[in-house]
Amino acid sequence: MIRDITIGQYYPANSVIHKLDPRTKLVGTILFILSLFLFKSFAAYAVATLFLAGVIWASRVPFKFMVKGLKAVMILLMITVLFNLFVIPGTPIFHIWKLTVTVEGVKTAVFMAIRLVYLIIGSSVMTLTTTPNELTDGMEKGLRPLNKIHVPVHEVAMMMSIALRFIPILLEETDKIMKAQMARGADFESGGIIQKAKSMVPLLVPLFISAFRRANDLAMAMEARGYHGGEGRTKMRPLQYHRQDRIAYLTMIGYLCVMYAAKRIVGI
Amino acid sequence: MSIIEVKKLIHDYLRYGEDGRVESSYRAVDDVDLNVEPGQFIAILGHNGSGKSTLAKHLNAILLPTEGSVFVDGKDTKDSEKLWAIRQCAGMVFQNPDNQIIGTVVDEDVAFGPENMGVPTEEIKERVEEGLKTVGMWEYRHHSPNKLSGGQKQRVAIAGVVAMHPKCIVLDEPTAMLDPVGRSEVIRAARRLNQQENVTIILITHYMEEVIYADRVIVMDQGKVLMQGTPREVFSRVEELKEHRLDVPQITMLAHELKKSGLDIADGILTTEELVQELERIRR
Amino acid sequence: MSMKIEHLNYIYGQGTAYEKKALKDINLEIPNGQFIGIIGHTGSGKSTLIQHLNGLIKATGGVIYDNGRNIYEEGYSMKDLRSRVGLVFQYPEYQLFETDVLADVCFGPKNLGLSREEAEARAYAALKQVGLKEKHYKKSPFELSGGQKRRVAIAGILAMEPEVLILDEPTAGLDPRGRDDILDQIAKLHKERGITVILVSHSMEDVAKYVERIIVMDEGSVRFDGAPREVFEHYRELESIGLAAPQVTYLMQELKKKGMDVDVTATTVEEAKQSILECMRA
Repeated sequence: MIRDITIGQYYPANSVIHKLDPRTKLVGTILFILSLFLFKSFAAYAVATLFLAGVIWASRVPFKFMVKGLKAVMILLMITVLFNLFVIPGTPIFHIWKLTVTVEGVKTAVFMAIRLVYLIIGSSVMTLTTTPNELTDGMEKGLRPLNKIHVPVHEVAMMMSIALRFIPILLEETDKIMKAQMARGADFESGGIIQKAKSMVPLLVPLFISAFRRANDLAMAMEARGYHGGEGRTKMRPLQYHRQDRIAYLTMIGYLCVMYAAKRIVGI
Repeated sequence: MSIIEVKKLIHDYLRYGEDGRVESSYRAVDDVDLNVEPGQFIAILGHNGSGKSTLAKHLNAILLPTEGSVFVDGKDTKDSEKLWAIRQCAGMVFQNPDNQIIGTVVDEDVAFGPENMGVPTEEIKERVEEGLKTVGMWEYRHHSPNKLSGGQKQRVAIAGVVAMHPKCIVLDEPTAMLDPVGRSEVIRAARRLNQQENVTIILITHYMEEVIYADRVIVMDQGKVLMQGTPREVFSRVEELKEHRLDVPQITMLAHELKKSGLDIADGILTTEELVQELERIRR
Repeated sequence: MSMKIEHLNYIYGQGTAYEKKALKDINLEIPNGQFIGIIGHTGSGKSTLIQHLNGLIKATGGVIYDNGRNIYEEGYSMKDLRSRVGLVFQYPEYQLFETDVLADVCFGPKNLGLSREEAEARAYAALKQVGLKEKHYKKSPFELSGGQKRRVAIAGILAMEPEVLILDEPTAGLDPRGRDDILDQIAKLHKERGITVILVSHSMEDVAKYVERIIVMDEGSVRFDGAPREVFEHYRELESIGLAAPQVTYLMQELKKKGMDVDVTATTVEEAKQSILECMRA
């Protein structure tokens, strides 16, 4: 059933990582991903592996949740690896049919695979330890400087959090309308592409109408509760950096230095 | 001073054609006068399309009068500078519980109003606690609204309004989409606010049994006030209510039928106890 | 058609962390032509149960027989079942999608493979049955009032000419006028067409006034099953599961306690009136 899909994959636990300010986690994730691209060497990746393992351990989220996100990109990963394996020219190792596998190819493929996997796991750590709300809050506050160049940061963050609230409701509604139309003999499964697209009309029209009605109601309710944009708003839980965040930032700087050193000194 | 003063209010809904000119208009509220004193519990009854919801939306300046005026706590709703003060003074709870909850967590939703008002952080926390405790939802503060029942969602919505410290709360058919359990939860919360916190309550509904505790009942029909008075006064006019196809509580109906059949029963019986007493009295 | 439900079980989200027993060992017989009320508070399993009756949900255990035929056996057509068991969902007006009322009502019959003429003929008949005036037929369904929209939606199911009509809270959100209109229409339908009607509701007063049999659901099981008078005798138990008997039941019980010889099984105003008058005159 559609409503069984969980949106946002927050894993509630009481860990150091959970307690970090969402901005810290956002910045940390970005830095981690950047480091994977900047310091392309096996030694540096070994450091990254240790770092990532450390963070996962500290987050107290079971490892199987981390790899869940990988399933979705498995095909992409395979294609990238195969592509690199066969296409990159260099010293040949062996031939399969007309394709040649080279040393450089293998190296690039392995790098790409590691990078992609770590990228996914790294961002999973963030989404698993941060509620969607914290994340939007973090983005709102972290991106506030953009306000000066007229980027509507507050509005975008508000839109995101409303979307998060209404996605499950609309999914449930989709389920309901689908069943209601099936009770009227609608068939959503058989037929070709055109037939299928046509059969979506009885589902999509009511869904859109409902979404608009809800949007209208919600706008009225927000106005009635005194919402008038981000100006002059206060927060029940304002984001504040604490000691753990300072430690986290220091750790990240340390991590980047070690990465740099690993690449320069070891060199492979 | 009256907390709400409605003077000769007229509201027309306009429909615009593609060229931007008015194509047709529909008079939803037609020359309505209404005064509400602080601390009162007022119930407004009527069919869908009777103008009761339109009237309600005037009470916190979501709609503005076509003609006439509305004063909330002495402030004219047409005065755009007082808009936020009016909305803070007269809170509003709507019909659909899903479409008025903004937060993804219960306590964040209750904080939404105070946050908009610019209340300092520490005080928001106090107000959220107070609001949720008033409606008995404090234990659910960390829950997702999607996991709550309809009655619980409506109580969260009420808490969200309470946290804004309004003098008056307008509930626009808050129970129409709820089951009986949810309905009584919501009505209980509203009565409690009225009796213990002395908040003025304006309850709009079409369930007759919800209005028997009101100080005053206003029955609307076709944009006008049809009847007005205490619940007892209004429910003694059973024939008139039936004529307009409004509901009458089963007990009131039975008392009325018995009276018609020749029993000497008083008018406007509202509760089972009252009818039992009357019947006992007659038997003796 | 007659239906029979045997040891029906449904486990929601089987095999996941959210696993929940929504229906527990339901056994019911639904003979042809009955007017049945199903009551129960939100989450009691009543909506889940009715969705089994037209195959929208497949049971995790147990069998449903349609005129003696197991609906889960191979070769049984669910589509055929859905055309004979019409299910009107809660707030059915939210499923309207066509540009005009008539076209929307035609959707069901067309899915049955009927020609345009046949479908329209059925749509006309169905719209007439729900009491919608002909001047509305060519309007957009979204221009109608709430009560009218609901009637269009019900007509959309009726046009499929089901043998069993199930309505999930058909009066939810309507005002008293709209509510009475719809319930009267349904009662009339039952009388005129002799089809089985199953009305899911939480209003005891409504149910008591119309149906001949009440099934009370609680926590996924059938708690009571019988004529309204029999069921409402258990008003104390009904209260304990979050339901209540009609107001007059309480009155009659109270009067009895005070020593008046009234009929405690009266459930409607009319019955109560007769009984009280008799008692007072005696």
